[in-house]
Amino acid sequence: MSSAIAAHGASVARGRKKGLGNPVLGMLLFIVSEIMFFAGLFAAYFNLRTATGTWPPAGNGAFEIHSEILFPAVMTTLLVLSSLTCQIAVWRIRRGDRLGMNRALMATVVLGVIFLCGQAYDYTQLGFGIKDGIFGNTFYILTGFHGAHVLGGVLMLSVCLYRGGLGQFSAQHHDMVEATSIYWHFVDVVWLLLFALLYIV
Amino acid sequence: MATTALRPAARSGTGIYEWLTTTDHKKIGILYTISSFAFLAVGGLFALLVRSELAQPGLQFLDEKSYNQLFTMHATIMIFWVIIPFLGAIGNYVVPLQLGAPDMAFPRINALSFWMIPFSGIIVLSGFLLGGAADAGWTAYPPVSSIKYSPGPGMNLWITAIILIGTSSILGAINFLVTIFRMRAPGMTLFRMPILVWTVLVTSVLVLMATPVLTSALIMLFVDRNFGGSFFDPTTGGSAIMWQNIFWFYSHPAVYIMVLPAMGVISEIIPVFSRKPLFGYKAFVFATAGIGALGFSVWAHHMFTTGSVFLPFFSLMTFFIAVPTGVKMFNWVATMWRGQITFKTPMLFAVGFLSMFLIGGINGVFSAPVPVDYAIHATYWIVAHIHYVLFGGSFLGIMAGLYFYFPKMTGKMLDERLGKIHFALMYVGLNLTFFPMHILGLSGMPRRIADYSPTAGWNDLNLVATIGGFIIGSSMLPFLWNIFISLRSGEAAGDDPWEANTLEWATSSPPPAWNFDRLPPITSERPLFDARHGRSGKGHA
Repeated sequence: MSSAIAAHGASVARGRKKGLGNPVLGMLLFIVSEIMFFAGLFAAYFNLRTATGTWPPAGNGAFEIHSEILFPAVMTTLLVLSSLTCQIAVWRIRRGDRLGMNRALMATVVLGVIFLCGQAYDYTQLGFGIKDGIFGNTFYILTGFHGAHVLGGVLMLSVCLYRGGLGQFSAQHHDMVEATSIYWHFVDVVWLLLFALLYIV
Repeated sequence: MATTALRPAARSGTGIYEWLTTTDHKKIGILYTISSFAFLAVGGLFALLVRSELAQPGLQFLDEKSYNQLFTMHATIMIFWVIIPFLGAIGNYVVPLQLGAPDMAFPRINALSFWMIPFSGIIVLSGFLLGGAADAGWTAYPPVSSIKYSPGPGMNLWITAIILIGTSSILGAINFLVTIFRMRAPGMTLFRMPILVWTVLVTSVLVLMATPVLTSALIMLFVDRNFGGSFFDPTTGGSAIMWQNIFWFYSHPAVYIMVLPAMGVISEIIPVFSRKPLFGYKAFVFATAGIGALGFSVWAHHMFTTGSVFLPFFSLMTFFIAVPTGVKMFNWVATMWRGQITFKTPMLFAVGFLSMFLIGGINGVFSAPVPVDYAIHATYWIVAHIHYVLFGGSFLGIMAGLYFYFPKMTGKMLDERLGKIHFALMYVGLNLTFFPMHILGLSGMPRRIADYSPTAGWNDLNLVATIGGFIIGSSMLPFLWNIFISLRSGEAAGDDPWEANTLEWATSSPPPAWNFDRLPPITSERPLFDARHGRSGKGHA
């Protein structure tokens, strides 16, 4: 029996059983909570939007962001592209290609930073602020918390890049890269929903 | 022997520094317990102040402003800093042991979860020193919680602290789930897990899916208060009802978050002291899952009187959710039926849970039919209900768990005589406090009032409730004395003082940092019973 325990303990200590690694499962569960967080914000958005009738609310020309879709569309494309580079990083390290992973991670970080800068620039160009009624409230809360998540993702990717630079990942040990990539895809999907809701529908 | 692999960095120090930096789930569990006791003292003090003011009509000790702060902070502290962390304490200490695991899946995140609790507690309480704590009730309904009617810093501190403690719960839930799914000992299939682990599993799912929704509502409230938002302000296009919907989407499941692990605790205790296996293990598991699922479909029964929710649906679902709870009641009673029952203190508290939670369940179902709810909404009936559920249910369950696991945590037995005095005082006190509230509610006394008319006929029952409150407060004295003398000179507990069934009793008391040197074979949900009686039980699978 004790050898079975030892094997159990050793496998637990390494976090290597069959199936998902502990960090990857932990990240998936964390994303469940994130989905519910955004669900709360989206529910508020839908509730207020349907109660208002005309959307965007009449009386403020700056609310007509449907007509200035080009810039956010470019930003959206870049973010989708960054999801691709992030996944390439995962594919590379699964085959043990550390250099390829680092390059793809670097591209992802750069794209993420460009997205954040673009969002900050976009904020300066919009003619309304967070105080401007429920349109301003919901717009800035939704995009603001999404932006905060992008920032969090960029920081996590940067840590991956740093550790990748130190050669700490291998084909067998790269749970952090897997977990970070799942998070990054999640942030990307949230943005696609936001882009569709806020700028198109 | 490769058992050394099980002992990662088992430092032997017991100094303050070791406790402050520990990542050992057992030490963190004990830290949770200590923190919960400290906040219990604070929340209990607030309750006694509130009860003192209500003992007679008129304003004797407090003005309305401080009264509002005290009942708000009483509920806030008791819910978020006492009951939930107490259950976290038991879960933290016991779940890895019951699974035969060396620790939680993420020990450092576990420490982070704990340390957010005292710090957020200090934030929420600091309002008292900074010009007034939160005073909008623990439900913080706008417009009462808006910047206009609650202008002090207390509300902002409250929002910040609740977001922090919510994050602590979410991280804890992820930790429990990964531990349960990935760290079970060989042979520990899902349907051989102790019931306590099952309830922690379902609770963790509820925390994971409900708490972030509260966070979103709190952020919107924060924006409304501080950045000129109008999410919950109908005069500028927002909706005050929306707060209630989002808030209760969390806070109704939160009731199950607060009671399911207590149900798990007494489901460990009742079989041990009845010398029988739990009746209907799988029925219990599915009932727990059923409560978890239905828990998300009843939130608007808190909002019947708003006139903006679909009454038949939420009324029906509220009746439904009483069914799995009733299943569990029969599980427990059938377990005790014809058992060789011994009324040690943990069992007394467990039976106390059964009787009090039965009342709490029944007076809750009263509110499910809409016409009755219209009559008793926001009266003292509701105060009676919530206290029978959270005090008579959750808190007695927690006490049962502490008496049951104290020998494992410390290696010392608690004194039975003092334990029985504690139970008797608490049981009498809680019924004296909370039973009259039913009658007060039916005779129309609204909740959250500091003063009432001397001719309303509420004087005597309020005085009785206040006396009961002080009896509850005094019941903690023999308990604390019991802990003190037991730690100093208690009888040694040994590995398994209760002749229990589950793995936590298969190791020494207190367990070593790495938990187990060896495990018995796990072929049923009662591996220790099987080992003691030399049989390899048939599994449930």
